[in-house]
Amino acid sequence: MLTSEQLIDEYFVENRNRVLEVAAFLDRLDRADESGQSVLDFRLRAFGEALSTLSAPALADPAGSRLNRIQELLSDPTTEPIPALDRKSARGAYDLWSAEARQ
Amino acid sequence: MNYIDHHAHMVSRTTDDYEKMALSGCVAVTEPAFWAGWDRSSADGFDDYFRQLTVAEPQRAAAYRMQHYSWLAMNPKEADNRELSKEVLKRIPKFIGCPTVLGIGEIGLNRITRNEVDTFREQVEMAIQYKQLILIHTPHLEDKKKGTRICIEVLRQYPELKPENVLIDHAEEHTLEMILEHGYWAGLTLYPMTKLSAVRAVDIVEVFGPGRICVAGACDWGPSDSLAVPRFIMEMKRRHHAEELIQRVVFDNPVQFLGQSANFKVAPRAREVSPAMA
Repeated sequence: MLTSEQLIDEYFVENRNRVLEVAAFLDRLDRADESGQSVLDFRLRAFGEALSTLSAPALADPAGSRLNRIQELLSDPTTEPIPALDRKSARGAYDLWSAEARQ
Repeated sequence: MNYIDHHAHMVSRTTDDYEKMALSGCVAVTEPAFWAGWDRSSADGFDDYFRQLTVAEPQRAAAYRMQHYSWLAMNPKEADNRELSKEVLKRIPKFIGCPTVLGIGEIGLNRITRNEVDTFREQVEMAIQYKQLILIHTPHLEDKKKGTRICIEVLRQYPELKPENVLIDHAEEHTLEMILEHGYWAGLTLYPMTKLSAVRAVDIVEVFGPGRICVAGACDWGPSDSLAVPRFIMEMKRRHHAEELIQRVVFDNPVQFLGQSANFKVAPRAREVSPAMA
């Protein structure tokens, strides 16, 4: 395994680029969103929470890693199969804010 | 370095992919039955697909001195259609005797409907009846954790099913622990975008260790990479991991899991035995 110094040397530049890609995505959204409605999209709300998690400290328990916490907040928290097929593909985040989810 | 890709949808790939995989050290691929990207109109289409998996693809692979094996199933993307699923399931047993069939797969869940669960359960029972290995597709993105948990709940309702005969695929950080703690094999499928990357897969091996973990490309008709496993090997080397550890994940582990089928013919690596251990 690499040391922390080696990890920074090896991976900083590509992760610097990833942060810039996220910033560019959010700026692009702002330019396109004259009404300011995109912040209400459940995917963007989950995305915002994920970004907050990135700057939070990691917990000692592996389940409390930043990555696991983000996986959890992007996951469907329900436990039962749905009664009927609604669509073919997943959307990337669960709509925790819909009336249906609040029931 | 020799490797095995336990999950590759070669019917969707060109012959160039077979050549690239062979050149990069792939000695065998196993191909689960899956969705064609659109819903088939009848069970007859599956008959042809299963013949393609069991006859045509082994021949294409052999041209590059690679072994090709397959898994048969009604895939999760079409499994909500109960009528079609029942028809397809009737046609699977006649292919189970083919010499390159390893088991039932990829079965599992997509949107996690009640119908999908029923079809999944029937295919688990078929695997038990015909003494076949099982390869499970877990849903992607926000459905993965819920879908993996429900798959495991169903599997655990069959005490006669040995966990070591089951590989639960498309595992990620938040599902790996529940897969391994119940004794199943976990598959890490690597994609160029939207899903698990080679970098994160190496993180997983570092955190969880190499036991009962296999790595695959899951290349198909969508954005995917037939050389995903070699990229994982490169990433392991970038982290200075030992060749022995890498070989365990990309070769020894799949040989151990797949070798539980008498049809799988890739021999384990010859181990050097010191005089003291002889």
